[in-house]
Amino acid sequence: MKNLEKLLEEHNLTREEYERIKSILGREPNLVELGLFSVMWSEHCSYKSSRIHLKKLPTRGKYLIQGPGENAGVVEAAGKAVVFKVESHNHPSFVEPYQGAATGVGGILRDVFTMGARPVALLDSLHFGPLERPSNRAIMEGVVSGIAGYGNPVGVPTVGGEVDFEEEFSHNPLVNVMCVGIAEKEKIFYARAGKPGLSLIYAGAPTGRDGIHGATMASAEFGEETEHKKVNVQVGDPFREKLLLEATLEVMERDLIVGIQDMGAAGLTSSSSEMASKSGVGVDLYLDRVPLREEGMTPYEILLSESQERMLMVAREGKEEEIKAVFDKWGIDAVVVGKTTEGDRFRAFWHGEMVADVPVKSLASDAPAYERPYKKPNPDETWKESWTRERDWEDALKRILSSPHMASRRWIYQQYDHMVQTNTVLLPGAGAAVLKIKGQKEGIALTIDANPGWGRANPEGAAVLTVAEAFRNLACLGAEPLGITNCLNFGNPEKPDIMGQFVATVEGMKRALEFFEVPVTGGNVSFYNETQGKAIPPTVTIGAVGLVEDYMVIPRPGRVEEGMGIFLLGWTGRDLGSSLYLKVVLGEEGGRPPEINLERERLLQRELIHLAREGRFAYAVDLSPGGLLPNLAEALFHIGMGAELSIETEDEEVYFLFGESPSRALVFASGDLEAEVPVKKIGLVKGERLTAYVNGRKKIDLPLEELKKDWENFFPSLFDR
Amino acid sequence: MGNRKVRFGVVVFPGTNCDRDTYHVIQDVAGEEVVYLWHGERDLKGSRVVVLPGGFSYGDYLRSGAIARFSPIMEAVREFAEEGGLVLGICNGFQILLEAGLLPGAMLRNRGLRFICRFEDLVVENDETPFTLLYQRGERIRMPIAHIDGNYFAEPRALAELEGRRGVVFRYLKNPNGSLNDIAGIINPRGNVMGLMPHPERASEAELGSTDGLRMFLSAARYVRES
Repeated sequence: MKNLEKLLEEHNLTREEYERIKSILGREPNLVELGLFSVMWSEHCSYKSSRIHLKKLPTRGKYLIQGPGENAGVVEAAGKAVVFKVESHNHPSFVEPYQGAATGVGGILRDVFTMGARPVALLDSLHFGPLERPSNRAIMEGVVSGIAGYGNPVGVPTVGGEVDFEEEFSHNPLVNVMCVGIAEKEKIFYARAGKPGLSLIYAGAPTGRDGIHGATMASAEFGEETEHKKVNVQVGDPFREKLLLEATLEVMERDLIVGIQDMGAAGLTSSSSEMASKSGVGVDLYLDRVPLREEGMTPYEILLSESQERMLMVAREGKEEEIKAVFDKWGIDAVVVGKTTEGDRFRAFWHGEMVADVPVKSLASDAPAYERPYKKPNPDETWKESWTRERDWEDALKRILSSPHMASRRWIYQQYDHMVQTNTVLLPGAGAAVLKIKGQKEGIALTIDANPGWGRANPEGAAVLTVAEAFRNLACLGAEPLGITNCLNFGNPEKPDIMGQFVATVEGMKRALEFFEVPVTGGNVSFYNETQGKAIPPTVTIGAVGLVEDYMVIPRPGRVEEGMGIFLLGWTGRDLGSSLYLKVVLGEEGGRPPEINLERERLLQRELIHLAREGRFAYAVDLSPGGLLPNLAEALFHIGMGAELSIETEDEEVYFLFGESPSRALVFASGDLEAEVPVKKIGLVKGERLTAYVNGRKKIDLPLEELKKDWENFFPSLFDR
Repeated sequence: MGNRKVRFGVVVFPGTNCDRDTYHVIQDVAGEEVVYLWHGERDLKGSRVVVLPGGFSYGDYLRSGAIARFSPIMEAVREFAEEGGLVLGICNGFQILLEAGLLPGAMLRNRGLRFICRFEDLVVENDETPFTLLYQRGERIRMPIAHIDGNYFAEPRALAELEGRRGVVFRYLKNPNGSLNDIAGIINPRGNVMGLMPHPERASEAELGSTDGLRMFLSAARYVRES
């Protein structure tokens, strides 16, 4: 039995899982069948550790059209369907940063246009190790060029994102990519197989050996030698993706197909079995008809390949030739490779010989689900008197602004085409992105947020804070949240501590989303972000879509005028734990993250949305992370003018200047501002300096240009020497 | 004749990705007529102005624009240009015009070797071309660039010839990519074929941050109407 053990290890299947396969089949599986179960039952495809917990998340809402379970989620905005999803490509991006990130973009684009939507925006959440180390710089540079190298040619603007740095990401960088598309509500396509007797059409790139067991790789920890895993990383071809996109949207427009699914993780196997399973039919695949890129490929390899830029469609009866003609026009191969059948069997044939025969549902929906043992994390409650000691605030401000955590991201986003499609009303850098919807007065606001520092200290609290922050970013633009997508990035779930982080995170998300009455529409879970036993901090990435009522009047830095008042809205508490101030200025990690009162948060967000829609303020910014002073300085850089502040506070000054209390926003407006939340006028937009008096004493007096230079130069000076 | 709409043709190569943006601006903002011209065809469908929009034609895996020049539509565009028809190449379209020899010079990789997407300030150098009638010489305008191969190069004699005949139409105020003489856009000696790296179609609606590009389409339309 030594051989079997080795075989199971190679396929990342447990002995129990193998026994289960045997009882499903009533016999021993052959090697091809073992391969099928191995990918479909992998963590990546089956969510076997997370399924029972994810079910707790709210998936209903007044704008919801399609929740989790499809290629992407759908909400309604301004009479249109907004299709969106975020997905991780963490493991491949560590092994091969450029291709890993590029194919991450390709995969999420396909998830969106498979639904019948034209992709209109990309965003990404990136986490790397500290940039002092050359290897981390190389990973970051590869990932950023990979996103640019794929997104730019396809012609989908990368309009926003976030990037941050923590030690633990040195061996497990996070690359979470979000795509947003727009479709007509009545023209959404789903992963359906219709009825028996329909043709399965394979369209796109020929199949190669790349990415075999990619899904399995994403379901295990990395050991010392990851180099040999390069063969598992797929190679992207954005040009072909662009043609595939246009051809796919054209066959949809002409109503030639019943259903469609991207051949992503687990390729032909997952796309065919999932569509068949959803429609209660069987499927026959003729593997010898699949276009191949390499000679001598076996049925096993063809079924498991994760070659990019491929789609599987179920044709409407008799429309096969018309479909082929459309793909031919765009120079893309389209071949009938199988058909739907009566019954429930997934069968694969190789030159007439049957090489696999298993129940469809056993692959697509009957994967094991584990209630893994977990140990709830103890939140970090550290708080130190020493944090509050008065320091040189000018120095602190400069250091935070020019730190990698806060420095201008322009070096990154100007490598991305963020204006193609001519919808980008609010350019990257100044907050959430705003896109117009052509022909409508309404637009959509998009944001993606994550904060692993909070996650490390308190996973549940971090989830609540991250959801609140995402919605606050939308509220600053007057946008109401319609739905979220999420990426949950964790270490090895077989360890009770990690599983505990996961369970706590899901509970936090559930609490926040139920409170705000906003649904989850999909996303993914990425476990095993762990190398040699060291896991990443639990990182929940929230991608949110909001509705902008009138994109012509959104708050933006360009609307701020000299002499306008600067108002602080909301509540300032004693929140310094896990802050940038602590990390950058005091060199301390951890500490109790901010406390949030959801009632207050809702009140603040309602006020912001209301005031923005009434045109009562010119511009507003969220204050975390970094706190008031750094975020004010950043806002002033975008505005292009200085400010004179006069701050009165009874508490220690640091809380007011650098504390990261949520439920606050800084608002630029003329005249007086009245709101249902505490409002404090703290200064005026004025001149070319940033000056601040605290309790009557001048504490800050700096030329804005000088501050801005260091903030702008951090990334260029590191990468463009 | 006065108010008749002018028909523009927007060429679509595989990999073109600014075709829909350009079409939208010509039709919905400039208010002219517009048709798509497919790379595999030879028919310009009666277009009076042919626009080669931005993108990555054929993936630009060889050199930007190097394959597109061999497509059937380019034969028709060449004949059209030889007859004096107006041809405008934007970004990748400009690169194709260079590769096709309809404009002098070549594009090298940006000085910084990276893709750059951002607004740039330009100076209008020549306001007597069919595409710039509605601009003022010396005027500063703002348009976005988005390219990795926008570093304009020409041999010294060709460059001198270009400058000598006022063939440079737009210059960058702050050179973003290393282009010789800060060149952002040029026109042929006959004055009917122009190429530029900045994207006028992305600067044609106020909500996108600038309307300085719109006049390029309006200018070409007026020129055709009045000729």
